[in-house]
Amino acid sequence: MAKQSSSAAARRAERGARATPVGLRAHKGDESVAGALDKIIHERIRLGIVSALAVNERLTFNELKQLLNTSDGNVSVHARKLEDAGYLSCTKSFDGRVPKTEYKLTAAGRKALERYLSHMEALIIATRGK
Amino acid sequence: MSTALGDRAADNLRFIRDTMARAGAFTSVSGSGMILVGVLGILAAVAAPPLLIAANPGEFIAIWFLAALLGGPLSWLMIRRKAARAGQSLLDGSARRFMLAFAPGLAAGAVLTFAFIAARQISLLPGTWLTLYGASVTAGGALSVKPVPVMGALFIVLGAVCFFVPPFVQSILLAAGFGGLHLAFGFHITRHYGG
Repeated sequence: MAKQSSSAAARRAERGARATPVGLRAHKGDESVAGALDKIIHERIRLGIVSALAVNERLTFNELKQLLNTSDGNVSVHARKLEDAGYLSCTKSFDGRVPKTEYKLTAAGRKALERYLSHMEALIIATRGK
Repeated sequence: MSTALGDRAADNLRFIRDTMARAGAFTSVSGSGMILVGVLGILAAVAAPPLLIAANPGEFIAIWFLAALLGGPLSWLMIRRKAARAGQSLLDGSARRFMLAFAPGLAAGAVLTFAFIAARQISLLPGTWLTLYGASVTAGGALSVKPVPVMGALFIVLGAVCFFVPPFVQSILLAAGFGGLHLAFGFHITRHYGG
């Protein structure tokens, strides 16, 4: 189930990035289309964390840091914001003596990403259709 | 609404797609494992010199079988070690997709090997091994780091050449593939992709 959702999200990202002007499909006003953005995942690092977790069951702190090519502090701060919003769950454990932090996307996080993708598609269609 | 807004939205979608693609890649292909398999390939080539395939096909097959039997688990152990170091599971996600893409080519290679041995078409074996191993590596490599599919494609080229050269040259191409390519790409991956 989770796998289907993640591949659906990937397909939507693919489709949206290649969207062609097929006419104005967004019925809402421009401002409302632009205005309802989920600011929690709109930020680049947070968007990266959510996107990476959409195609992986779970990722460690270090994997996210390497993948997004950013600092410990950045991953820590942004992951905490996503966790506070209920988009991520975090598990802390020990691998031998080394502390290990793992993140997982929650159902709310997956829905938020799908909403965000729809939003981006609507924006592209609305702007290119004009 | 400005097209800049639409461009930014398209840029965001590209970022999401690229991040998903990078996050879905299997990065635990072990360069040091490839080096060990390459050494094994060279040893097999030394043990089965170019003229052996025509002179004693049974011994030639046995030597390369032994190399495959040792190389498979050795490679798997090294991948497992690298994955454990990175905290990556081999049972789900990108690792599982990599294995699923890698396995069919090997299975086809095994089937054709037994078919050609039964039909006493030994001279077709080196080309089949190189081509189908290359197909496996290329397919799995599509879900991994960039050098892996390149190595797979080179195996396919060597395999294709193998079908059109005399048996003693086939042995040299086997050494070049299972020995040389594994060593060269193993060193490259070890150096640039974390071991």
